[in-house]
Amino acid sequence: MDGRELVERLRRVVGDRWLLLDEHDLRTYESDGLLQYQQVPRLAVLPGTAEEVRACVEICAQEKVPWVARGAGSGLSGGALPVKDGVLIVLSRLTRILEIDLDNGRVCVEPGVTNAAVSAAVGPDFFYPPDPSSQIVCTIGGNVAENSGGAHCFKYGFTTNYVTGLEVVLPDGELVTIGGKELDPPGYDLLGAFVGSEGTLGVATKIWLRVVPVPEATRTLVAFFDSTRQAGEAVSAIVQAGIVPGAIEMMDATTIKATEAMAHAGYPVGRGAALLVELDGAEAECDAQFAEVTTICAAQGSDDVRVSRDEAERQLFWKTRKAAFPAMGRISPNYFVQDGVVPRTTLPDVLVRIDELAAEYGLTVANVFHAGDGNLHPLVCFDAAVEGQAAQAEELAGRILDVCLEAGGSITGEHGVGVDKRKHMAKMFGEDDLAAFQRLRCAFDPDGRANPGKVMPTPRLCGEVPGVYRQHPLEAAGIAERF
Amino acid sequence: MPAKRAMTTPNSIEEAAATIKELSSQGATIRPAGQDSRKDWGGDDAAGTVTVHTGGLNRIVAHNPGDFTAIVQAGVPLADLQRHLGREGQWLALDPPDRGGTVGGLVATADSGPARHRYGGVRDLVIGITVVLSDGSVARSGGTVIKNVAGYDLGKLFAGSYGTLGLVTQVALRLHPLPARTATLVAGTEDPAVLTRAVLAMSRHPLEAMSLDVSWRKDAGRLLVRFGGVTAPERAAHAAKHLADNAVDTDVVLDDESIWAAQRAAQRGAAVVKVSALPTDLPAVIAAAGAATVVSRAALGVSWLSFPESDDLADRVEATREALSPHQAAVLDGARLVDAPWPEPDPGTLALMRRVKARFDPTGTFRPGTYVGGI
Repeated sequence: MDGRELVERLRRVVGDRWLLLDEHDLRTYESDGLLQYQQVPRLAVLPGTAEEVRACVEICAQEKVPWVARGAGSGLSGGALPVKDGVLIVLSRLTRILEIDLDNGRVCVEPGVTNAAVSAAVGPDFFYPPDPSSQIVCTIGGNVAENSGGAHCFKYGFTTNYVTGLEVVLPDGELVTIGGKELDPPGYDLLGAFVGSEGTLGVATKIWLRVVPVPEATRTLVAFFDSTRQAGEAVSAIVQAGIVPGAIEMMDATTIKATEAMAHAGYPVGRGAALLVELDGAEAECDAQFAEVTTICAAQGSDDVRVSRDEAERQLFWKTRKAAFPAMGRISPNYFVQDGVVPRTTLPDVLVRIDELAAEYGLTVANVFHAGDGNLHPLVCFDAAVEGQAAQAEELAGRILDVCLEAGGSITGEHGVGVDKRKHMAKMFGEDDLAAFQRLRCAFDPDGRANPGKVMPTPRLCGEVPGVYRQHPLEAAGIAERF
Repeated sequence: MPAKRAMTTPNSIEEAAATIKELSSQGATIRPAGQDSRKDWGGDDAAGTVTVHTGGLNRIVAHNPGDFTAIVQAGVPLADLQRHLGREGQWLALDPPDRGGTVGGLVATADSGPARHRYGGVRDLVIGITVVLSDGSVARSGGTVIKNVAGYDLGKLFAGSYGTLGLVTQVALRLHPLPARTATLVAGTEDPAVLTRAVLAMSRHPLEAMSLDVSWRKDAGRLLVRFGGVTAPERAAHAAKHLADNAVDTDVVLDDESIWAAQRAAQRGAAVVKVSALPTDLPAVIAAAGAATVVSRAALGVSWLSFPESDDLADRVEATREALSPHQAAVLDGARLVDAPWPEPDPGTLALMRRVKARFDPTGTFRPGTYVGGI
């Protein structure tokens, strides 16, 4: 294939400055947040407008070249990993906030706007609830691709519950609008299909989001328990009582030890589990429920419940929780972050099973998780300098997902399938399920050019659409026609 | 007179798959049906269409109270499901009019009621789905846990697809706790502009209300804000203070069930136009309604205009749709009265919808010609 034509055509669209061809420049983009996969793309473009994105995608279609869209590159499943002979379309220059309409609770942004910037733009009275822990850097475009969640999604929902409309460039270079500022446009919910499709159906160039008023009150506590089982039972008791906390996060003994060394929050090293519970909402309801949560934690065996006295202390509680991943570097040279989901009621048993597996492999597994929705993030610790240990750790991380599936859960709650979990897809879905996914893929991208090699366990081709349409009897009778 | 329709009632998902495979290979067209409680919607099917009735798919497969999830077959009546869940103090937070038909019909039409304000619609509460496609394949997406991003979300694609992509046979659902008690703030006015200002004043505050509706009949309207939880009456009274500057009369109603039953009932009629707009469009929607009753999920901007029987009903409906333009307005009840119950979508979007239909139902088996854009 003669690549010169491709390069020159793309250069005419984005200009010299925003076309990267040097190996040195391209190395910046060889991985996303999951560093164990690396691939330098053939070239990268950084378009500055939606029309430039559209033109780049169209050129890729005409030149029959695959492409991958990338936001901040903070994803954790290799979803933005470049393809070898493909074009990487970097959206970091599309950072405009196009409209803020608080009367109607809407904001319209370009895909390169960061998650935190949306809340900042609509504050202090409104906010954008999905809050992945990378929210300072991760982009809304990436959040749309991954259907990102975060600590507060048990109560508030995920990205898919907040996107009302998208302007999308389809893989053939056509620009379409699906959904919009208004809810419930008649027709298929293409929006619901697109959000979370991991960049395989097209690339969003404009995003309408719903934003909501900031809650009147927030109450936060941390309760310490002797075991994760006790803490898990406290979680169940809280939710059973009909309380829907804004966030409910658990850390095990290993994580408490690691984070305390970094955050110095005065957490009791040696305790079995820490449970962070945050309630938000109307002040009266919040206070009533907070008293109930405190009682439940005590009844489930916590003799150490700390209520944040002010915003500074609340921030300290959160800083400690969010330090969990980086702090692990203090107790282990390397670690894999796993992302699995189990029905919440199975948490205590699943944690025991994970401990057994860790013992079997002779490796340490630290557990932190969004306990309300059963989303586990086991951190599998290993030393890459020890031959074979990385492979052992990866195998263990995979077996943890098997445990999640056996418990009736999922192989990913928020990180996505990407390249990393393709191999696990066939454990969760059967052949007919995967074939149905492929039907959707083919409707949007019949030539398989958008982010190929992601999500689906094995590469598949799209057949021709058989028959396309049979004539409707009303049509045959001349009573109706297709538009 | 349309030809008498054949009907078949499979008793299991496997049986449904075998039946559909056979019918589609014979070139038959299929209409999935539950209790026919939304029968008009989407208009008439082709003569000779076979009805595949979900009455035999009537099992509540699982209810996991601790996880707030349930797995339910499509033919289960919503009222039966709610009764079952209610024993554990839980519910599926969807409250469409009447008794709500079957779960399958609810998913296929994405019907909803006042609880939509707080809990979202069908798309937000279906966490897993099983469908039978026209080639007889049985496909699942999602799972049985609330948080899950593995694979494409076909549950959302099938929600509101009106049976045109395949037969929904089973869904996994997210449940919610039933509120300990409820209370409703009612504010009345005869001025649509005042009413709209009241809506906007409410939606600026973090009320965490269960429902936030407007009703408009003839020359007067009401704002209805329902609260759930132990402190519901206090919160309703407190919320009234946000309306102090709005020149409306306010009242807090503790025994509020009949208010909301009436609100739901007014989403049905001899003809009903559902319109997608924004909260700030409320005065325009009320103006376009003419003699129709307006029910609005006011903070969402979605409204139902319900017309009583009249000789010139079709003309009134079309005049209202014209007046609502460019907002998308579909005719639900009374779809047969008009030439085109669906509004015309953007051509690019419609082309993509056609591609989706062609991939999922390449034989054109499921309700051809009845959906948006003649799909």
